[in-house]
Amino acid sequence: MLSAQSLAAIDREVAKYPADQARSAVMGALRIALVERRETGKTPEERCLNTEVIEFVANYLQIAPVAAYEVATFYNMYDMKPVGQYKITVCTNLPCALSGGVNAAEYISKKLGIAIGETSADGKYTLLEGECMGACGDAPVLLVNNHKMCSFMTPEAIDKKLAELN
Amino acid sequence: MAIFVNGVIFDGVDTSAQDCWKLEAYVARGGYQALRRIIESKMAQEDVIAEVKNSGLRGRGGAGFPTGLKWSFMPRSFPGDKYVVCNTDEGEPGTFKDRDILRFNPHALIEGMIIAGYAMGTKAGYNYIHGEIFEEYELFEAALDEARQAGFLGNNILGSDFNFDLFAHHGYGAYICGEETALLESLEGKKGQPRFKPPFPASFGLYGKPTTINNTESFASVPFIIRDGAQKFLEAGKPNNGGTKLFSVSGHVNRPGNYEIPLGTPFSVLLEMAGGMRDGKKLKAVIPGGSSAPILPGDVMMQCTMDYDSIAKAGSMLGSGAVIVMNEDVCMVKALERLAYFYHEESCGQCTPCREGTGWLYKVIHRIAQGEGRPGDLELLDSVGNNMAGRTICALADAAVFPVRSFTKHFRNEFEYLIEHKKPLVDHKWC
Repeated sequence: MLSAQSLAAIDREVAKYPADQARSAVMGALRIALVERRETGKTPEERCLNTEVIEFVANYLQIAPVAAYEVATFYNMYDMKPVGQYKITVCTNLPCALSGGVNAAEYISKKLGIAIGETSADGKYTLLEGECMGACGDAPVLLVNNHKMCSFMTPEAIDKKLAELN
Repeated sequence: MAIFVNGVIFDGVDTSAQDCWKLEAYVARGGYQALRRIIESKMAQEDVIAEVKNSGLRGRGGAGFPTGLKWSFMPRSFPGDKYVVCNTDEGEPGTFKDRDILRFNPHALIEGMIIAGYAMGTKAGYNYIHGEIFEEYELFEAALDEARQAGFLGNNILGSDFNFDLFAHHGYGAYICGEETALLESLEGKKGQPRFKPPFPASFGLYGKPTTINNTESFASVPFIIRDGAQKFLEAGKPNNGGTKLFSVSGHVNRPGNYEIPLGTPFSVLLEMAGGMRDGKKLKAVIPGGSSAPILPGDVMMQCTMDYDSIAKAGSMLGSGAVIVMNEDVCMVKALERLAYFYHEESCGQCTPCREGTGWLYKVIHRIAQGEGRPGDLELLDSVGNNMAGRTICALADAAVFPVRSFTKHFRNEFEYLIEHKKPLVDHKWC
């Protein structure tokens, strides 16, 4: 269900913890599984985690499936719902709002024609509002697909970024 | 933008140089000298801890607890596994200093953690890194590889019989994991729900073993303390507030960023360093220590110095050193509404007063902001808050209540006006 490359990456996570504590690697393993789903999935449904993948990860780590499932549902960066090819998460928390975070979210929403929380009809973009990313000095900030942080996202910078993704 | 002035951690770091994070650059700045001296002189564990105690270093994550004292709680003669853990789960709105430590000077943190491991007799450590900063997580892993290859991590460090290894653990989006026992649960691969204390982590921590957890900035201050001496660190700040501190300045200033300055520096000087108020607007209010710290009116802040004691005396907390600056165009009801939403979103759901209370606080503040507030709503907020604070396992409930109490105390007229007139007193503009 996961590539040899993903499994090797999971093995590297497992090696960080004591031999009898493979459960500690579940967060990293789910992240690795999600990245593979996102990179290989062709539809929003194929890009998120589902119970089959979660169960596979749990079995691989030899932990109870529910132990992996509760982690996947507790931490908000694991996509458990269908998601666009590019998930854009804009921080709108107070410090960012004071430097244009809310404006950035509204600008992207208008430009993509989707409301916050929605995925575009072509399955290309999902727009989300995020909580503090620990980068308030770079506001407005947004994350593309969880792992790429974009700083100082003025309307011009957003135009450029979206053109790049396109 | 990262700007550092007169610092300890960022002394000599050229943040514009692409390789400033690398081992070679760190060693050229005097890095790993402290560890080398400890090992070569076979410094006693108690002496290392005493040095950290004497420096006056207080926990930089928010609580301000003396770091050396915390280290002394670890049972050093305990025969089994013990751990040191670093909290880089930096998600308190307004705080963005630890990300810059990982980006520009990760070896200061690594060296600080190795020294901590030596002082407390532990063989392994973990750095728990905030989910949203994946690139910094990867960079930190690269720095760990460098340290391992150079013989600073692993077995027989620098030819001694001291063994210590360090690993990075990546979070995935949960503010609550910044709470130390939630962080431990998360490190064990579970939901990040805080544990009841006692037992404290020093006796029952990671995997049930003795564990010490410190903030990134606290660990990263240690190499300086050992290398240049506790006295020099202490003198960089003021009595009971040793050292310099990173302040993350955000909001309505011309140059948001991190400023590493001596504790005790007047707020007015910090504001000036950050370029002063954007567009020449008037300073209205400041949250001096991250979103959980009580807000203070601008004129009160202008009388404060940036240290634990001065900010506490003014009725707030220095917290993590996150300074959120607001100008006269901000409607305080709108600002509080956004923070209340955050705490509601991030409550882990374990304790009823917090899970339900954060929702109620948000709903009531939201309706006031919408012009649908009812007479008695401010009393209702008080009552809900009183039934949350101090009644839960961890301090998230308190953190949600502090802003509500302080906003409605210092800017009560704005809340009353909106409830009575159904429109805001201030024509709100975020920026």
